Amino acid sequence: MTTNSRVIEHKRVVEVSSTRKLVVGIVEVLIGLLIYFIFALKTASGALTRFVMTPGGIDQGFMADWILPSKITLTVLAIAALLIGIYQLIRGFGRWTNLMVGICALFLIFGFLVWQAADKQLNLAGMLSSAVLLAVPITLGAFSGILAERSGIVNISIEGMMLMASMVAAIVGSVTKNPWLGLLGGILSSILLALILGVLSIKYKVNQTISGTVINIFSAGLTAFISQKFLQHTPLLNTPKLFPRVPIPGLASIPLIGPILFNQNIFVYLMFVILIVLQLALFETRWGLRLRSVGEHPKAADTLGINVIRTRYMGVILSGLVAGIAGSFFTLGSVGRFDEGMTAGKGFIGLAAMIFGNWMPVGAIGAGMLFGFADAIGSKLSLLGSAIPPQFMAMAPYLITMIVLAGFIGKGQAPAAEGEPYEKE
Amino acid sequence: MSEKKKDLGLEILKEINEGQPKDEQSRKPFLGKAGIPLLAIFTGLVIGALLIAVTSQSVYAAFSESVGKGFSAIFNEVGTAYKALFTSAIGDPVRMVKAVGGDDVREIRQAFNPFLESLVQSTPYIFAGLAVALGFRSGLFNIGVEGQLFIGAACATWVGYTVTGLPAWIHMPLAFLAGALGGALWGFVPGLLKAKTGGHEVINTIMMNWIAFRLTEWLLSGPMTREGSGGMPISPLIQKTAEIPQFFPAPIRFHLGFFIALLVAYLIWWLLFKTTWGLNLRTVGTNPRAARYAGLSTTKSIIVAMSLSGALAGMAGAVQVLAVNRSMALGLSSGYGFDSIALALIGNTHPVGVVLASILFGTLRNGATRMMVVSSIPIDIVDVIQAIILMFVAAPAIIRSIYHLRKPKQEEQQVFLSGWGGQS
Repeated sequence: MTTNSRVIEHKRVVEVSSTRKLVVGIVEVLIGLLIYFIFALKTASGALTRFVMTPGGIDQGFMADWILPSKITLTVLAIAALLIGIYQLIRGFGRWTNLMVGICALFLIFGFLVWQAADKQLNLAGMLSSAVLLAVPITLGAFSGILAERSGIVNISIEGMMLMASMVAAIVGSVTKNPWLGLLGGILSSILLALILGVLSIKYKVNQTISGTVINIFSAGLTAFISQKFLQHTPLLNTPKLFPRVPIPGLASIPLIGPILFNQNIFVYLMFVILIVLQLALFETRWGLRLRSVGEHPKAADTLGINVIRTRYMGVILSGLVAGIAGSFFTLGSVGRFDEGMTAGKGFIGLAAMIFGNWMPVGAIGAGMLFGFADAIGSKLSLLGSAIPPQFMAMAPYLITMIVLAGFIGKGQAPAAEGEPYEKE
Repeated sequence: MSEKKKDLGLEILKEINEGQPKDEQSRKPFLGKAGIPLLAIFTGLVIGALLIAVTSQSVYAAFSESVGKGFSAIFNEVGTAYKALFTSAIGDPVRMVKAVGGDDVREIRQAFNPFLESLVQSTPYIFAGLAVALGFRSGLFNIGVEGQLFIGAACATWVGYTVTGLPAWIHMPLAFLAGALGGALWGFVPGLLKAKTGGHEVINTIMMNWIAFRLTEWLLSGPMTREGSGGMPISPLIQKTAEIPQFFPAPIRFHLGFFIALLVAYLIWWLLFKTTWGLNLRTVGTNPRAARYAGLSTTKSIIVAMSLSGALAGMAGAVQVLAVNRSMALGLSSGYGFDSIALALIGNTHPVGVVLASILFGTLRNGATRMMVVSSIPIDIVDVIQAIILMFVAAPAIIRSIYHLRKPKQEEQQVFLSGWGGQS
């Protein structure tokens, strides 16, 4: 049954409707024109862009800097995007449509960087490295969403779970002076909230969006309360030790890729481990088949002897576990301190990454990386002294999320039974 | 696929047999409807008290001496906190009686100020709560009230300080409407996306929130900044002609906006329950399939409802700027947008209920501000209490099992919201 539905999905992707073909083509042409008229024409002809290809503070995996003639590079990018767009309009790329959109988007981003860094230098590797780090909470949030939604529970409280976990992780990590115990505390607090979500939406059949909102408000209130009452005057409670960078021997000394992927802290590795485990577990094991069947057609699953209620609780609790890791990242993997509202909507962006990634772990990490990159550009460019206000750069991930949700990349397949409480007859 | 179609046919039949959504006003006696929310509020306050006790150092100190002392410390701590909450939210009864007995007009005003200030705090809640309630009635979950409120406030501020030379009776309504328009635009976008592409409004409105925060941050520190503010994100003061008048001289801030809010609540009630348009909207909200079967346009309804909801949220921002703050800063909202979700549900998504719940929340928040000063309990405790109240209102079965209440004969009206797919 599952293989069948997957085949159907593939077929659907191949068929590109004529309006979509047209819209995609026009967008690609516009990207080309944008690169030429906004970026290339405003760049002085002799300008050079220097990209530093080794992140700061790294002692292995060096790579020489890239020096590009700004104007020529931009013109080439613009022509390439234009050609792709024109081909799309005339012939169409068929099944490669999405890939081509992605390439044009990449051109746009790269062109933007070349333009902004003309006659300056920009640490591209550092930007990529921080993009990976910024992608961690978003990707893990998306994984958390996948676990809950594949079992049929809409979890919009990932944000709240992350916020609670980040605070608890900071407190436990500070008191015990052990980041591992901090991580454990963060995970447990998040699981507790997931249990409340489970009881509300599975046992009491409360509308799942509303039970998620309850948890979001509760978390925001309680963390702000505790932060103001204790954390702000007692530094002892809010100075957790960060997880250190752990270079993976051998891999870390590969130029460019080594420092970006294999010389990070434990959260980045956890993200990849969870990706592999989740992808395999969901699609290659009996456990995954059962979880998905409960999310697609609980009645059928029940008839076959699968305990729908228990499976859903399991999905929600695992979702809480992953959200707990994502939340702990903020205090133990990135900032080293808890601030009120520090998750800043990352949980919701994670949900968008989940939808973007079509409820698949592999897709979700791709989307997470994209959002992370958009975030990283914003913070790096404000350092460059760009003319664009930093607030506008900060809007980018949110705008991208909305564009993605509008189905520009093509519609995904949500689990059929999500959001519906299950009632045994 | 064919199985799904069969289901759809059955469902339409079922829905037609059930008929139109009934006006639940005539369905249940008053106390029955208010019973669960009242018990939920009471339970929320009890849990809030527990939180105060658990996080109080003096309680732990007393418990280490003896259990009896510990309990008296709990009562002491919670008593002080809730007494501060009550007297600063409603007023000191003794002082009120004395003031009314005396002849000092100023003293009377002062004594009643806490109560009036609670109404001031309730005003934005009424608008914001109506915004969410209207969304729920049409099957939409507008979490974007906070962003719509900021944009509304920014538009009202801009009209308030740039336009000069207008008489007050034109300028003030104009600034207020500009706020409504800004909010409407911010609601229109997710409405359009939902109707045309199926992009879920929950995520889109949240994204619009963040965009609104960044945008206002930029506006207030750039194009709309006050001269001489030194880069602080604050706008210039609005013109005198744009101000919504306050009734009494300074510290008392009670203003006309409260009555505008009541008027708007009445209008929304009339629109929802007394017009065909409202009936259609509610039908789309409760029974999208039946609505489509009856030939109603869900697309149009979604866009109009989200825009109107955004307009109400924009009014919340406008009223705060024009009547209370007289300029705009980033601390404009103390989370009205998120509180309004709880408000709408506690008020059973009915305008009358929303007004009552708003006054309750305004009172709570006003009291909590003072409580923070007296007993150093952070104001965010209100959020915790609100979340708990919301949980109990959404899951009345929990309240019923706590207080051993019987199950009502009729099913409670449930808010209808769709999943991500937007299969409505």
